[in-house]
Amino acid sequence: MPVLEKEGTQVWRRRTASETLIRWFGWLIGVAVFMLCWQRISEATTWFFVWDAPRIASDIWNRATPPRWEYITQLGRPIWDTLNIATLGTLIALCLAVPVAFLAARNTTPSALFVRPFALLIIVATRSINSLIWALLLIAIIGPGVFAGVIAIAIRSIGFCAKLLYEAIEEIDHGQVEAITATGASRWQVMAYGIVPQILPAFAGIAVFRWDINIRESTVLGLVGAGGVGLQLSASLNVLAWPQVSLILIVILVAVVISEWVSAKVRGAII
Amino acid sequence: MSHRELDDMLGKGWRKPHFIANPALRWGLIVGFAAYLVAAVMTIEVDWARVYAGLDRGGQFILSFTRPDFVTRAGDIWSGLLESIVMTVAASVVGILISIPIGLGAARNIAPLPVYVICRGIVAISRALQEIIVAILLVAIFGFGPLAGFLTLSFATIGFLSKLLAEDIESMDKVQAEAIRASGARWMQWINYGVQPQVMPRLVGLSMYRIDINFRESAILGLVGAGGIGATLNTAFDRYEYDTAAAILILIIGIVMALEYLSGIIRARVQ
Amino acid sequence: MLQLEKLTKTYKTGDKALQGIDLEVPSGQVLALIGPSGAGKSTMIRCINRLVEPTGGAAILDGVNLTRLGSGALRRARREMGMIFQEYALVERLTVMENVLSGRLGYVGFWRSFLRRYPQSDVDEAFRLLDRVGLLHMADKRADELSGGQRQRVGICRALIQQPKLLLVDEPTASLDPKTSRQIMRLITELCRERGLAAIINIHDVALAQMFVPRIVGLRFGEIVFDGPPDALTSEKLTEIYGEEDWEATIEKVEGEDTDIEAAE
Repeated sequence: MPVLEKEGTQVWRRRTASETLIRWFGWLIGVAVFMLCWQRISEATTWFFVWDAPRIASDIWNRATPPRWEYITQLGRPIWDTLNIATLGTLIALCLAVPVAFLAARNTTPSALFVRPFALLIIVATRSINSLIWALLLIAIIGPGVFAGVIAIAIRSIGFCAKLLYEAIEEIDHGQVEAITATGASRWQVMAYGIVPQILPAFAGIAVFRWDINIRESTVLGLVGAGGVGLQLSASLNVLAWPQVSLILIVILVAVVISEWVSAKVRGAII
Repeated sequence: MSHRELDDMLGKGWRKPHFIANPALRWGLIVGFAAYLVAAVMTIEVDWARVYAGLDRGGQFILSFTRPDFVTRAGDIWSGLLESIVMTVAASVVGILISIPIGLGAARNIAPLPVYVICRGIVAISRALQEIIVAILLVAIFGFGPLAGFLTLSFATIGFLSKLLAEDIESMDKVQAEAIRASGARWMQWINYGVQPQVMPRLVGLSMYRIDINFRESAILGLVGAGGIGATLNTAFDRYEYDTAAAILILIIGIVMALEYLSGIIRARVQ
Repeated sequence: MLQLEKLTKTYKTGDKALQGIDLEVPSGQVLALIGPSGAGKSTMIRCINRLVEPTGGAAILDGVNLTRLGSGALRRARREMGMIFQEYALVERLTVMENVLSGRLGYVGFWRSFLRRYPQSDVDEAFRLLDRVGLLHMADKRADELSGGQRQRVGICRALIQQPKLLLVDEPTASLDPKTSRQIMRLITELCRERGLAAIINIHDVALAQMFVPRIVGLRFGEIVFDGPPDALTSEKLTEIYGEEDWEATIEKVEGEDTDIEAAE
């Protein structure tokens, strides 16, 4: 009711008085919550260090430049490991995500009552938890190394891939499935002819997208001991070898840029 | 003509045309990828004895989900979780507020070239740097505590949100914006009437999604000393207190699910 | 050949889509099913090959009660019934040839179909059918590169390669322009005549039905209210099927068009 009667004339307002009041109240609560959060952060902060931050930052910058270029010779193997963690992890995740996605999609699940909630639980559990935490857990279980990294990346990616994939499955054109069913095709043939061709582009896109993300994530898995270039980063940080740290950061940046470029190219070629 | 064509084709086999028509390229890619996979798998050193020994512990960990221990370390869990939430809220608010002007600046159709280049540069830097690496650097500069985590998440939010917002603005309906401009509106009025209504629903949706991501990320920042539940979780793993770790993971999964549910409701209301 | 006895379908929402349909289709007869939207035309066709499960009654094809079949026997029965769809329902990302061959899925095993290794006789038949509908040169094109009329021709090939006894045709022309619609209807009726196929053609365009089909069945609220030759479909009958409207123009138009076509041919 945006038109109000005021002093005998009609006045147009965007919102009624009570609406305006509620909106102001909402904003007030929002600001109060934010201030409360900020206060807690502030309490937990040693402000002396913060005022000192510019000096420390410039100090670190001076120590970190120039990067120790010759260190790159020792990074070959870690970079190879990082690439493997991301690629193998993505492949394993895709193999596991496909059945989970089919079980989770409303139109392909064998039982919406029993199987689907279970598949959704796998999806939400694996994607809620960061790959670094999975790596921590796996290192505690199977020991440090590249293998733990691969599995951590794989587990983290299952939920991500399965979620996007099952949404794609739910969006397929049902007419095509019906047409294949009408020819007398079996359940698996309906899957192979009616459903798979429709979700294949989405699948390829998801695979490449997740691979790109996994390259980023696998560069830091080494911080907790799960192999790859992050292991060198953590070692250099521990001995405060800043020139090595800066070189590793440059390497990571280059890797991220290259993987993003590759994934954009491949996605462009598929779609 | 058609019948001669038919006679030629009858009796000959039929093969599905290949996705990559050039056989040399096709086989090159297949063989190359297979060779890479073999090399990658060969170079992963797996200590199977260690893995076998770990299976037992893995089983224990899975079992511990059936009897999570919220009580023994209740104080640590509570303060860690609260810190994570506080960081998430504060960083999301600040990140979203900063990313709006940067997002506007990074949209080529409304920003002049110099502004566009600067904003795109900020977005690129923020996206290329892993959260955890930013956190390491910020901890080194500002000292341990939630301030470093808060700054990390804000910085990451800017890269994520500005990019998507800019893309959204670039793909908006030009006619609506032109109509507002034709009425003689100033730049701010034009943004307010011509652009904002078009991108607002998606901005809200993306912001909700980013809050979700920020919470998940805040759970790992503690690993490098930037505050939040991660430190408690790390300690739990180190001491093999799987019951406590399971409790923390269940809490994280629960909060992520709640956030997803909430964002679903809000997105449905906005659109 | 096909008998429907008291075929009934009640949806879970309580909508009675079919209320005891009795119908007999002799071998080789082409029949058009007309009626307003929501009269149950689509449901009836889908109840015959059980894409929709009927809730009562029987559909008997050559002495076999389709409504009682288990899943294996149902698949074998579906091979005998080719279906043509309104929106073509081709698998858009597969090639024309794969779409046609998919009509043989009920006859080949899973791995054969998965590896696309169909028997040579099937491949030859697919080529012959594509040649018959004038799309042989398109065999390796992807289905989404085709125009609407071309897609429907591929859909016809897919139904015919099943070697069916009966064609179930669901609004074949609803997504096509008037000229292509006629070409498609003529193609379907011609192919039925050539192969001695019976067909049930679900169609909302009365004029088109009268033009090509010798027997017309009118459906209203899930019940048969008309069954006879096209000439018997008077203005009163149309009113009974569709409700009050000025039908004279429709009927006249049909007669006019008929002469047009004869003149053109």
